[in-house]
Amino acid sequence: MQFSEQLIQYLLSGLSTGAIYALIGFGFAIIYNTTSIINFAQGEFVMLGGMLSVYFLSKLNFPLPLAILAAIPLATAGGAIFERLAIRPLKRATHLNLVIITIGGSILIRGLAMLIWGKDTHAMPTFSGDEPLNLAGATILPQHLWIFGITLLLIIGNKLFFNYSIAGKAMRACACNRKAASLVGIDVRRMVLYSFIISSAMGSMAGIIIAPLTMTSYDVGIMLGLKGFCAAIIGGMSSGFGTVIGGLLLGVLESLGAGLISSGYKDAIAFIILLLILFIRPQGLFKKVETERV
Amino acid sequence: MKRELLKFLIFAAILLCIPFLFKAGYLLNVLVFVGIHTMLAVGLNLLLGYAGQISLGHAAFFGLGAYISGILTATYAVNSWLAMMIAAIVVGIMAFVIGFPILKLKGHYLAMATLGLGIIIYITFNELVEVTGGPSGLSGIPNLSLGPLIFDSDQKNYFLIWIFTLATMLLSINLANSRIGRALRAIHDSEVAARVMGVNVRLLKVQIFTLSAAISAIAGSLYAHTMTFISPASFGFNFSIELLTMVVIGGLGSIYGSFLGAALLTLLPELLRAFQDYDIVIYGLLLILMTMFMPGGLVRGFPAILAVISSKKPERGKESA
Repeated sequence: MQFSEQLIQYLLSGLSTGAIYALIGFGFAIIYNTTSIINFAQGEFVMLGGMLSVYFLSKLNFPLPLAILAAIPLATAGGAIFERLAIRPLKRATHLNLVIITIGGSILIRGLAMLIWGKDTHAMPTFSGDEPLNLAGATILPQHLWIFGITLLLIIGNKLFFNYSIAGKAMRACACNRKAASLVGIDVRRMVLYSFIISSAMGSMAGIIIAPLTMTSYDVGIMLGLKGFCAAIIGGMSSGFGTVIGGLLLGVLESLGAGLISSGYKDAIAFIILLLILFIRPQGLFKKVETERV
Repeated sequence: MKRELLKFLIFAAILLCIPFLFKAGYLLNVLVFVGIHTMLAVGLNLLLGYAGQISLGHAAFFGLGAYISGILTATYAVNSWLAMMIAAIVVGIMAFVIGFPILKLKGHYLAMATLGLGIIIYITFNELVEVTGGPSGLSGIPNLSLGPLIFDSDQKNYFLIWIFTLATMLLSINLANSRIGRALRAIHDSEVAARVMGVNVRLLKVQIFTLSAAISAIAGSLYAHTMTFISPASFGFNFSIELLTMVVIGGLGSIYGSFLGAALLTLLPELLRAFQDYDIVIYGLLLILMTMFMPGGLVRGFPAILAVISSKKPERGKESA
């Protein structure tokens, strides 16, 4: 294989994992913007998406589309229950306590997944065959196209929801100023619940579309969650364009680094990029500098 | 200050008497780990509880201390005590250098950067196979010795570890009650106000980060010499989180709280071992419940609960000091 072909190959696989990171990053950003909580359990909903689909497919013999359609609401319900039981009862908790609670939640969900499905790694079939397609000299799997397509749809849907629906606008109002939002009659607590529902739904979909390429197990949520968090940080914690670019950038650089330098250091490369970006532009790549309010 | 010292001396005396009550065995071995974890938690608490700066990568400093000490003694036959000093100094210098850019960050950006740093170092432990032994670990690290006295039993290690841990606690209590401690708390409350009062915020944050990292490195070195075997698995992201949990559950800004947190989180998995695979679920659940119902940590939660029980009138919404 020629070097340029190889490069395109790395680029393609980087873009597809990058799209996944962006979707997970969206989840972080949506919850952060309505609640100012960093939800460390976000990665577990990604895991739940993949594991539930595999469970419905192989144990209950559902056809693939049905398995996916069953997995998403279930993982989303998990997010809603988590918000109801662990986040809502806390009214005056400090940020650090909330972080610890989401970490506790992530340990709990991971532990339950391990008890129910065991420690094995599970494979999931691709959505439409394994026949690679030729594209500009490089081969691309149909699953990559599914990833790009679904990610694009989700991003557009997200944009439409936040810009044009009443609930979306209300959630943006909460992000701006919670007190002011509640004064104009917005039910802030319901918006927090919505943000958890949307985030876990998006996370679980990300987990489902990536599972056929990378396999899935009870502990995939940790790394995927952290990388998604990376993407959101690079994008300046916005649920928009910045996070998409952040995720793609991370995915591509990581894939190039793994291919050209060393695959053992693949995860390290992602975090080195993150550190460099934070050192040079601490407020994320696309945000203007904010002065601290005293 | 005198009362503080008396409190500390009673605490130290109780801890140093324990080995005479339980001669040897399993419990003493667990208590050695409680000591190492207390030292780490106290170090992290200086940064998190006093200066208000989060670190999700402290396991990496602990690991660096262990590996530097382990490699120097096992591969290059350097004297153990010298290796421990080198480990503390090297990790301290590293933390000092990296502290300037990293501590410019705030809130979740700082959390993410320290987390990233921790993961990078963890991966390096795994990948530098020729130096560290890779995922299968590094063995043959000698026990520490003092003349003819070799620290090779649980009982001897107990005294070794707890003397270091108690010294760290005393140092931290003194630091917290000094001018520096007050400056740190000022940074915690408002960096701008602290700067206005003439505190060199940037330097002080880096200095406390350095001290915290060096304490972790010494704990790592002690860990390597008592275990005589180390592998990267002990120094990953999960352990950083566990340390953070010890500090928060024990009580932020309380040295004795760090001890309580470390003791609880070290003993709990041992107690839960009977539940086998269910232990991680129970652990996660306890973490959530304790943070929900004792937000100020054990050190503040217990007195509050006692007060409620003794007065029989639960006072809702009242902050416990």
